[in-house]
Amino acid sequence: MARRITYMQAINEALRQEMERDESVVVFGEDNVGGTGAPGEDDAWGGVMGVTKGLYPHFPDRVIDTPISESAFIGAAAGAACSGLRPVAELMFVDFFGVCMDQIYNQAAKFRYMFGGKAVTPMVIRTMYGAGIRAAAQHSQSLYPIFTHIPGLKVVVPSNPYDAKGLMIASIRDDDPVIFFENKVLYTMEGEVPEEPYEIPLGEAEYVREGDDVTIVAIGRMVSMAEQAAEALSGEGIECEIVDPRTTSPLDEETIFESVENTGRLVVVDEANPRCSLATDIAARVAENCFDDLKAAPKMVTAPHTPPPFSPTLEDLYVPDPERVAAAVREVTGAGARA
Amino acid sequence: MSETQQLSKLGMPKWGLSMTEGTLIEWLIEEGTEVSQGDEVVEVESEKINNVVEAPTSGVLRRRVAKEGEVIPVGGMLGVIADPSVPDEEVDAYVEEFQSTFVPEQEEAGGPEPASVEVNGRNIQYLEMGEGGVPLVLIPGYGGDINIWVFNQEVLSAERAVYAVDLPGHGGSSKDAGDGDLDFFVEVLAGFLDSQGIEKAHLAGHSMGGAVAAAFAMAHPDRVASATLIASAGLGEEINADYIEGFIAANRRKEMKNVLGLLFADPDLVTRQLVNDVLQYKRKDGVDEALRTIADKVFPDGKQAGVPDVADISVPVLAIWGDKDEIVPVEHTGNLPDHARIEVIEGKGHSVQMEAAGKVNRLVSGFLAEQD
Repeated sequence: MARRITYMQAINEALRQEMERDESVVVFGEDNVGGTGAPGEDDAWGGVMGVTKGLYPHFPDRVIDTPISESAFIGAAAGAACSGLRPVAELMFVDFFGVCMDQIYNQAAKFRYMFGGKAVTPMVIRTMYGAGIRAAAQHSQSLYPIFTHIPGLKVVVPSNPYDAKGLMIASIRDDDPVIFFENKVLYTMEGEVPEEPYEIPLGEAEYVREGDDVTIVAIGRMVSMAEQAAEALSGEGIECEIVDPRTTSPLDEETIFESVENTGRLVVVDEANPRCSLATDIAARVAENCFDDLKAAPKMVTAPHTPPPFSPTLEDLYVPDPERVAAAVREVTGAGARA
Repeated sequence: MSETQQLSKLGMPKWGLSMTEGTLIEWLIEEGTEVSQGDEVVEVESEKINNVVEAPTSGVLRRRVAKEGEVIPVGGMLGVIADPSVPDEEVDAYVEEFQSTFVPEQEEAGGPEPASVEVNGRNIQYLEMGEGGVPLVLIPGYGGDINIWVFNQEVLSAERAVYAVDLPGHGGSSKDAGDGDLDFFVEVLAGFLDSQGIEKAHLAGHSMGGAVAAAFAMAHPDRVASATLIASAGLGEEINADYIEGFIAANRRKEMKNVLGLLFADPDLVTRQLVNDVLQYKRKDGVDEALRTIADKVFPDGKQAGVPDVADISVPVLAIWGDKDEIVPVEHTGNLPDHARIEVIEGKGHSVQMEAAGKVNRLVSGFLAEQD
């Protein structure tokens, strides 16, 4: 009935609609123009995966290719944001944040605070994360917990096309720096997306599925893993409630607590490494705030504490899958759990 | 699937285009209870909203085939109603035959889908069902869309063409609500009727949609066969401003759930999916501005503005109200012209066409048949 487009098209549409609506929105990054200017090439691509393809012909003055210097163009984005533009900069893979982190965490994240609220920094950093495309240890990490740790940054991790569009529009309109995490495996995921522009507020979790037995909090691509697990578990008589935080900062704790108070059991599914992750954070917040409601210890399903492997066999074992989620749910509902 | 007069299937209803299955929440009566046609028998939850299923015929509830908590496809068997004289073996054979031959309707079966037409430079979304007769046009209220008629349109379309229309600023129509007053909506409605080649129609409006129907009936009496005003605005000054302002302000699930709860005598009917659907609409660019514009014109300062002298309505009028309406007081029926037929349904709220769908459908259907 409604129109279906992919996660990648949803992000592209959000960028295009915001650029049409607001002349101060500019896009830049490595290859975002898409090969234009090279002999025989015109809008051939758009970023390494093609997310910005088609923007340059519409907005030739506002889609800008940058040199391969993240420190320079992320810093330029922070400066542009302070002086009236709304830049959307593409940090190709989040794994490259090391070379530009000062601009993010010690500059952009601090401006509003250190200038007493007189400065705003309306910038978005789009970046890819996640394993699953055989891109090895330096292009496959899930590093959103590192950014979630830093006050002054907002962190968005959409799990589906509808959310991707609404959250991107909200991120561009937001006056704080937002790190927008795009899962590269989800780019081809299709879903219903309205053609009109719309905003999803940053800091509101979504109930993906309702159930009374276990709360599964899942982030980004892990939401679909949780959905597959919940479908299988429903056949065994275990009804899972799935909460997708959608943004890890701010984190909608109220919704997570509300669900756990009802189910009494928590499984967190996080593609990041297990230490100091969203899984540990959410498990700790729940343990601290909902201890009396819990019927079993919270369970975390995460990648192991290793870099993402290059071996396809090992990479497939690295990312949490529906079987591992289901096993964790059975554990918190079964023997060993408090009645 | 032979259905004799003595044996009737109580089936899973189809509430809305996207419904493919429902969950049985609670049986409201025991096996062996005598029921009359229209009695509430079982509560069902669809993706969008909870509601009761009524007895399709009079008899005794002989079998509760589906269990509480069970998910049943649309058209599937919930129970069997039969005359007490039918032997048990025959009832069991009926159930067995049905269950062994029943094939759930395939999704995407190509049912009716909303269409759009340009009216005075704006896109108007509408849903058409049924054909022939003097058509009926359903007009939703403030903040509502064609989905508020989900329990009514298909039933009423058995007798005539029925159109449900999204007003400007609402549903899938253009978000530009023009002047946002009743005159504006009357103009849009006239343009919509023209676009469909409809010279004369029955109108049925809910809440503000009722005010639009009444205003239209006074401006163009020659084009209106009858007006059904359901929990209608436009009949007096009072309106629950908490609802209007709350609806505009609500941008979170919890706030919206509380606001939508005001529409029903039983606020538990509001599901998370319904709340999500309304928020999806509300979060589109231009919607809050349109709602503000309309509220400032139609409901300024917590009151209804420009209430017409409805005593002048010349076309036949049916007014339907729930006595637990918290948005527009049922006392407003007192301002209707003497010739109006007034039906007050006990224990139901503002969205009485959803909360007491079966009763409302019978009242409207009977009323329209008399006018044709």
